[in-house]
Amino acid sequence: MAKHRGVGMAAVNYPTGMNLGGDPSQALIHATTTGTFVITLSSTDLGQGLKTVIAQIGAEALGVPFENVLIDTADTDTGPHCMGTFASRATHRVGNAVIRAAEEARKVMFEVASEELEVAPEDLETDGQGNIRVKGSPEHSINIVDLALAAHFKYGKTISGRGMYIKPKSEVDPDTGAMDPDSTEAHACTVAEVEVDDETGEVKVLSIKSAYEIGRQVNPKLVEGQIQGGSLMGMAHALYETTAPYYPAIDHAPGGFNEYIVPGPQDQPEIESVVLEYPSVNGPFGVKGVGEMTANSPIPAIINAIHDAVGVWITELPATPEKILRALEEKRKEEERGAE
Amino acid sequence: MKPKIVSFTLNGRPVDVMVRPMTTLQNVLRRQLELTATKAGCRQGSCGSCTVLVNGEPMAACLLPIEDVEGQEVLTLEGITPLHGLHPIQEAFFENFAVQCGYCTPGMIMVTKALLEREPRPDEATIREALSGNLCRCTGYQAIVQAVTDAADRLHGNGGVS
Amino acid sequence: MTKQLLNVVGQSVHRRDGMGHVTGRTTFVDDIQFRDMLYLKMVRSPVPHARIRGIDFSEAEKVPGFVRALTHRDVPKNIYTILCLIGVGPDEEPVLAEDRVLYKGEQIAAVVAESEEAAVEAASRVVVDLEELPAVFDVEEALKPDAPVLKPWGTNYFIYDYEYGQSNPCRKVRFGDVEKAFAEADYIVEGRYQMSPIEHAPTETTGCVVKPEPDGRYTVYTNTQALFFTLDNSALILNIPFNKLHFVGGTVGGGFGGKVDVIVEPIAILAAMKTGRPVKYVFSREEEMRCSSTRGAWRMYFKDGVMKDGRIIARKVTTYADAGAYNRHTPYAVTKHAANVAGPYSIPNVWIDAYCVYTNRQPGSAMRGFGVTPASFAVEVQMDRIAHTIGMDPWELRFINAYRNGDVRPHRKVVEDATLIETMKAAAQLVGKELPEHLLAMNSWDREGGHHG
Ligand code: FES
Ligand code: FES
Repeated sequence: MAKHRGVGMAAVNYPTGMNLGGDPSQALIHATTTGTFVITLSSTDLGQGLKTVIAQIGAEALGVPFENVLIDTADTDTGPHCMGTFASRATHRVGNAVIRAAEEARKVMFEVASEELEVAPEDLETDGQGNIRVKGSPEHSINIVDLALAAHFKYGKTISGRGMYIKPKSEVDPDTGAMDPDSTEAHACTVAEVEVDDETGEVKVLSIKSAYEIGRQVNPKLVEGQIQGGSLMGMAHALYETTAPYYPAIDHAPGGFNEYIVPGPQDQPEIESVVLEYPSVNGPFGVKGVGEMTANSPIPAIINAIHDAVGVWITELPATPEKILRALEEKRKEEERGAE
Repeated sequence: MKPKIVSFTLNGRPVDVMVRPMTTLQNVLRRQLELTATKAGCRQGSCGSCTVLVNGEPMAACLLPIEDVEGQEVLTLEGITPLHGLHPIQEAFFENFAVQCGYCTPGMIMVTKALLEREPRPDEATIREALSGNLCRCTGYQAIVQAVTDAADRLHGNGGVS
Repeated sequence: MTKQLLNVVGQSVHRRDGMGHVTGRTTFVDDIQFRDMLYLKMVRSPVPHARIRGIDFSEAEKVPGFVRALTHRDVPKNIYTILCLIGVGPDEEPVLAEDRVLYKGEQIAAVVAESEEAAVEAASRVVVDLEELPAVFDVEEALKPDAPVLKPWGTNYFIYDYEYGQSNPCRKVRFGDVEKAFAEADYIVEGRYQMSPIEHAPTETTGCVVKPEPDGRYTVYTNTQALFFTLDNSALILNIPFNKLHFVGGTVGGGFGGKVDVIVEPIAILAAMKTGRPVKYVFSREEEMRCSSTRGAWRMYFKDGVMKDGRIIARKVTTYADAGAYNRHTPYAVTKHAANVAGPYSIPNVWIDAYCVYTNRQPGSAMRGFGVTPASFAVEVQMDRIAHTIGMDPWELRFINAYRNGDVRPHRKVVEDATLIETMKAAAQLVGKELPEHLLAMNSWDREGGHHG
């Protein structure tokens, strides 16, 4: 009777976007005369930080300061269509739409700046600090607030842009299953270390350490948030969570957090990660997506670690103490039979 | 049951509310007084999102009958938010990315407030223990624990600890 | 893509909504209330499968504050399916039950009242006369000929490829010849995997508040993850023009896929239409846990043919998604599952049958990892079992089989952004796992480069 340590790993892929495509998102951008660039959407932020990363992508694509970008979402009377926030699609789809809208808006910005600075639009660039300047001669520049005012009052132009992104819907071949089920693939590899008590069947996860390849991080701290939260959710899926404790029977379905175990602050193991960036071909600035997969790789990594610790495969989730004790009992019996 | 008047101190100001007995403090705050920083994740006493301080002690407002706060001092998140800027604990949560969807945040901040008053420099285990009645489905807690440590530094200086 | 010089992409700027969150000033759905607002509560099935013989509201009507009840007769297009918007059919879920309930917790009738307490009280006094029917909870039991039939089309599975004039009981993937490869394999490794049903458990429960506007439109404050998706479905169910509805949202207290369903909005809008007053319908925690959709359970059977050198040459998978009582998003999840259940590995012969099965369970739906979570769980435990069986390091087994760019996956898509090997190397480095030279020499672009042997 003892505690046993074990290490397990798992490597996974995760597809970005609604699997067969056909999931559009739009973005509209316009500059007000205050120099604010309003990005209008109907997309939702679930807490992952969509409003923030879209403002970053918008600022980058427009070449204006982050502070000058305002995200106006989510209202179906004013915001253009978005399929929704799911399938690790939001940053990819909405980000792409914003980049396209920004390209159109930038074109007008440069036209106006070209009039004001009396140089060809090709000879202009944004400095990311709120100015459009002449390439190679940065002292010749115009601030975006002045530019917005000039566009409106002097030239009668709206600095605005429309952006749309859709991956065309792919069909599934009924006989072979041939299909195009993703826009890009992100990857994760997790190593979990556990301690299994062979007397109580309890599993304590000591650490979850992972590498992720997600194309590009728009905001590393927000990515880290997905990793921390997702790793803990994955751990809970592996060890605790079920709405049917006597699956497949439906009895004793939990009705609240007293019965349904969501990990608390004291259950969190050490969670560490590294992030690699191999930009995708079709994501905004190479983004792939990270929201969902962080909860996936810890599950098999923990199950494999349990096997490494005590030599049993728990193939029915969650790996409750009862299941582990039963498996250990089974293993003991088998070993006895083998010894006879 | 007939409504009656209950008087208590809310965020430093005296209030009188006319309520039916056994109405929860949560409903009085959210529905009657329209102070919605106190959240309602479960109304079963098991998520911590409705945590308020009663005489400095964290309590689940969803389990607290309003009669029980008669004559007591109740503090909600609205009560610690300064007119301009943020309270140091709020700053610490904001700066440390300890907030994702934000639904657990008010409860987390109120518990932190009580903790840091009782124990100015809690270690990590103490912090996790203090937060153990508060659930967060998004962050995985690491950033929240960091925020509490950082809040202690902001409130009490980092005490020469680098 | 060449390295670009970026200003703000790549920077950890602070959350745009962070100040609102830490001050509690962010408005979540349940924070919204209007003068004159009514509360909606559901009468739900207490049993998993029953015929409804009658509903009696007479006691409920006596509750002070009771305003009205709604049944399926009030819902213009009561039978719907969420994914009709992307061509998945047929309609099969009632907004409010008609003559039958298929899961415990199913919505039977709505009660609206002046206060939440009155709504709860009135809902509890509605008497539903039910004749309980035999129920089935296990996916494989549900497919047996003697199982109670749950769907009007006579099967307990979703029919795929209807649009091609076919009726397939499952989503199929066929690549190479698994049986031939099994005959050549040195080892056969089999496994059965079971994923449990899981609740999203966001700290904020699902809900909405509907306000009738003077111009005859309805403003719907909601925490849905997908505004237009929900708007469109609601308008179809209520048989009203799309532009009668105005959805406002975007602030969600945790979603994880659970708020992509369209459950609270249509009935709350209907209640507002019928009463002319604002209506709030927010799930209690208990409803969120016991009645809202879950990550569906999933059962998976694997059979792999493996060579002594570690190459997996064949994988045959039969999997059963437990959709619970209704489609919701499961038929689509099964397709995503089928595309991923061979794993991120290049296996020349793959055979997959993925079923979407109905049982008398609260419906499964979308959740973080949609169809891929069970696949990754099963594939990765199976990989370790293979490694164990053939006596190879689990890392090496994965390196050998990892898909490379240019490979063709079982669903025929050419791999173009694989980095599994690089990701595994980074993880090995992170944990101090020493990888042998021949693995370190591998990469995702060149299968030959550094191939062992
Ligand atoms: S709402 Fe009070 S503890 Fe959850
Ligand atoms: S931030 Fe979402 S529950 Fe804590």
